[in-house]
Amino acid sequence: MGATKAVTDATFEAEVLKAGKPVVVDYWAEWCGPCRQVAPVLEEIATEHGEKIDVVKLNVDENPVVTQRYGIMNIPTMSVFKDGQVVKEIVGAKPKSALLRELADFI
Amino acid sequence: MTEVRDVIIVGSGPAGYTAALYAARARLSPLVFEGSVTSGGALMNTTDVENFPGFPDGILGPDLMDQLRKQAERFGAELVADDVTEIDLACTPKRIRAGEDTYLARTVIIATGSGYRELGVPGEKRLSGHGVSWCATCDGFFFREQDIAVIGGGDSAMEEATFLTRFARSVTVVHRRDSLRASKIMQDRAAANPKIRFVWDSEVVAVLGDDRVTGLRLRNLRTGQESNLEVTGMFVAIGHDPRTELFAGQLPTDGEGYLLVEHPSTRTAIDGVFAAGDVVDRTYRQAVTAAGTGCAAALDAERWLADHEG
Repeated sequence: MGATKAVTDATFEAEVLKAGKPVVVDYWAEWCGPCRQVAPVLEEIATEHGEKIDVVKLNVDENPVVTQRYGIMNIPTMSVFKDGQVVKEIVGAKPKSALLRELADFI
Repeated sequence: MTEVRDVIIVGSGPAGYTAALYAARARLSPLVFEGSVTSGGALMNTTDVENFPGFPDGILGPDLMDQLRKQAERFGAELVADDVTEIDLACTPKRIRAGEDTYLARTVIIATGSGYRELGVPGEKRLSGHGVSWCATCDGFFFREQDIAVIGGGDSAMEEATFLTRFARSVTVVHRRDSLRASKIMQDRAAANPKIRFVWDSEVVAVLGDDRVTGLRLRNLRTGQESNLEVTGMFVAIGHDPRTELFAGQLPTDGEGYLLVEHPSTRTAIDGVFAAGDVVDRTYRQAVTAAGTGCAAALDAERWLADHEG
């Protein structure tokens, strides 16, 4: 278990929507190669910026309710939630430097 | 003083890892820049690889890359999950920057592969993530019982179309020509699939939809006639472009941007710099040919180092 945490349809509200700080939700699946590629980068970001943001992982296979509610059509998608709202959406695996640039407002 | 490595390898597809394996076994302690999210290369976006020799039952692309990576690591290749941001090949030793750090090497093997080509039509970028995709294996799941399109006529287009029929209600292949470039077995498989239909001689002129894809505007290249195709997803598989932006102005390329090497060797125009895999190969573009030239590049680098000893 690393610095990221798994969330589910059942825990999404408490862990993401009602979180006290911005949360990056990584939508992923076992069968998605680019999701595997970006996972260690997200671990690092979670470790390095844990005091500012949470990074959580939502398996789209096992959690269709949240996946459909937010209209996710590509994975990996990394959505930033703040005060219960999506404030940023990053689609596709990107290098760490690019992800940090996209997340600069939150960390 | 920064240590001068014998070999630095840029790239981590079949070419990069095979070069690393051979260089490691030659005791050259290679350093491999895998890229922070591109590690494993193009095969990370595929499912079953059925044509890599030695795997009679096929193997998943990401699993094959895991194995190649482990094999290189077993013999002492040092793998770095970082992106090279700058490279100077003209100086001796050669200088490579990755983030804040500078690395030095006597020889460099370039195996940066290729990236997906975009259509470059209105709506494509805006709807990326909302129905436009370059990765069928990632995103097919989201198009259950929907009508979708695959653009392209090569092996990857056929593979994607066939794969997507697991989810979609129908898959329309849109191709610029009236025949496919794909291998016979892939063509036959797609043609036999009742969910796949073909629109020939046609190109996409626009992706339609406000916040998600609702259709494609197509133009028939023979008649010039335009029409709408109602789909909720578009998967683009029109080929790849070699990734050479790091070497712009340093290494000569052909008209399409592929690095030029002195065939049958992997030598580039700069002494001590070798190139392998899809970044040089406009013809074969297979995992096994990339692995083959990756091996050749490591042997070329080994020979170069022996010739320049002391």
